[in-house]
Amino acid sequence: MSEHIKLPAGSLEKQTTTLNLGPTHPATHGVFQNIVELDGERILDAVPTVGFIHRAFEKIAERRPFYQITPLTDRMNYCSSPINNMGWHITCERFLGIQTPKRVDYLRIIIMELARISDHLICNSIVGVDSGAYTGFLYVMQMRELIYEIYEEICGSRLTTNIGRIGGFERNFTNTAFEKLEKFIKEWPGVLKEFENLFTRNRIFMERTIGCGPISAERAMNYGFTGPNLRAAGVDYDVRVHTPYSSYEDFTFTVPVGSTGDCYDRFLVRNQEMWQSLELIKQAYAKVQEFKGKDAEVYHADIPEYYLPEKKDVYTKMEALIYHFKIIMGEIPMPKGEIYSSVEGANGELGFYMISDGGRTPFRLHFRRPCFIYYQAYTELIKGGLLSDAIITMSSLNLIAGELDA
Amino acid sequence: MGLSNEIIKNKLTEKFGDQLTGWEEPYGMLTFTAAKDINLKVMQFLLDDAELRFQFLTDLTAVNYPDNKGAELAVVYHLHNLKDNVRIRFKVFTDITKPDVWSATALYSTANWMERETYDFYGVNFVGHPNLKRILNVDEMDYFPMRKEYPLEEQTRTDKDDEMFGRNTPVKKYN
Repeated sequence: MSEHIKLPAGSLEKQTTTLNLGPTHPATHGVFQNIVELDGERILDAVPTVGFIHRAFEKIAERRPFYQITPLTDRMNYCSSPINNMGWHITCERFLGIQTPKRVDYLRIIIMELARISDHLICNSIVGVDSGAYTGFLYVMQMRELIYEIYEEICGSRLTTNIGRIGGFERNFTNTAFEKLEKFIKEWPGVLKEFENLFTRNRIFMERTIGCGPISAERAMNYGFTGPNLRAAGVDYDVRVHTPYSSYEDFTFTVPVGSTGDCYDRFLVRNQEMWQSLELIKQAYAKVQEFKGKDAEVYHADIPEYYLPEKKDVYTKMEALIYHFKIIMGEIPMPKGEIYSSVEGANGELGFYMISDGGRTPFRLHFRRPCFIYYQAYTELIKGGLLSDAIITMSSLNLIAGELDA
Repeated sequence: MGLSNEIIKNKLTEKFGDQLTGWEEPYGMLTFTAAKDINLKVMQFLLDDAELRFQFLTDLTAVNYPDNKGAELAVVYHLHNLKDNVRIRFKVFTDITKPDVWSATALYSTANWMERETYDFYGVNFVGHPNLKRILNVDEMDYFPMRKEYPLEEQTRTDKDDEMFGRNTPVKKYN
């Protein structure tokens, strides 16, 4: 280079290259900016910048009644918004001391595990895309479509679902929903098996991902990793087991763990979790089918002051109309207090820390967003590696910009 | 589950005495307030003690209580002992005009961005933080938006007044 460019006498030539990766880079799958310092292909340092789609959810939540906060949670991890919605509703239920019926818990588990599958599916297939295998990504989309159709059958929307209510669901699952669920249970193992066949023992994929972006269990804990990323490092922490919510304690499932915490282990852990989610869905569906007669019609807790009534009741019944008005206007009785409640989101521990002063809106609501917390380890993960490994590490961490920036 | 809230409380009072106040157990989570200058000592003790082992910093955030004169900002730590599966929460109150709190980054790497976020929104100055600058908001911002003195909506609005809904304890409006 110095042969062609004449530098002023006495100036030092910079030996490294600064590369601006993002904020809108096709390889980053989201709005992330990383300014990386490269020596050839090796990364010497990286400075991540976040906040490009920050929408001040915590501030907005301070002026919103409970039900208006649910749509905010949708927009955090939008690959698995039902988990966020239900996490928020479960927080409210714990806060208000509401006991949900068992059938509601099981239906919720079905939906949450479907959401987990669709989230892991995206993450793992994107890891495939970044290592050069587009087929898997396109192939599994049909199953995600089926999952979205199930959401649609229950709440009417697909991506930002706003599913459920405090105390249960907005309506009972229709027969079509159950038919689609059965179809999913029948077809999913074949698709996942085929997806695994494409990748798990694929020589190219293994060489690309093994030893790429590793983290030790100790560092991962220190960095506050949760979810599949922590488990890939070998720590078996799962909120579903540690602090069961929504009757997870009624089910048998295993928590897969990895050992090296590299991209390959993260991939394997997510794949295994999808099998476990399928087991959970099967068990929950079997339990749901056991309810007979009147019990099989239960889809929400009997809490008229918090459960938003059905629209047809609002138009025909006086009480429903009153409660509808009070709930929509945020006039439901709210105790004072503070609570931290968390669920196992697809990315890790999704926590809600709420302080209420008895007003119509939370005094303070803080979202513990797993993405935000583990993304700070990214620099450490990619330092000393190749640029192409950094891309694959980013996708295997499953960073969702919406959750990161809140 | 060997570790109960009672044991933790006893150990902490034995060590720090009356520097820890405000013991509560909302929804089963042990909560207390520590004096501002010993937050790191408390965390170090919770981390190192052979029985306590709170090795996981779950969450770090702040709350603004504008009426709490002289201690308007509270920094809230959530710690988790994964082995015994116990969570605790402790708070440190600080004056909003001099919001200096020791940084926990040396104990937990995860505190780095959490503290930056807290600084970004509340202006808590974490002393000893390696890179305390804004994280989600733009660098040019010259205020701390989550403080209660910045209302979200126009305060002249009357259609959401509490009196219209027969609420006995009107929600306070700040400034």
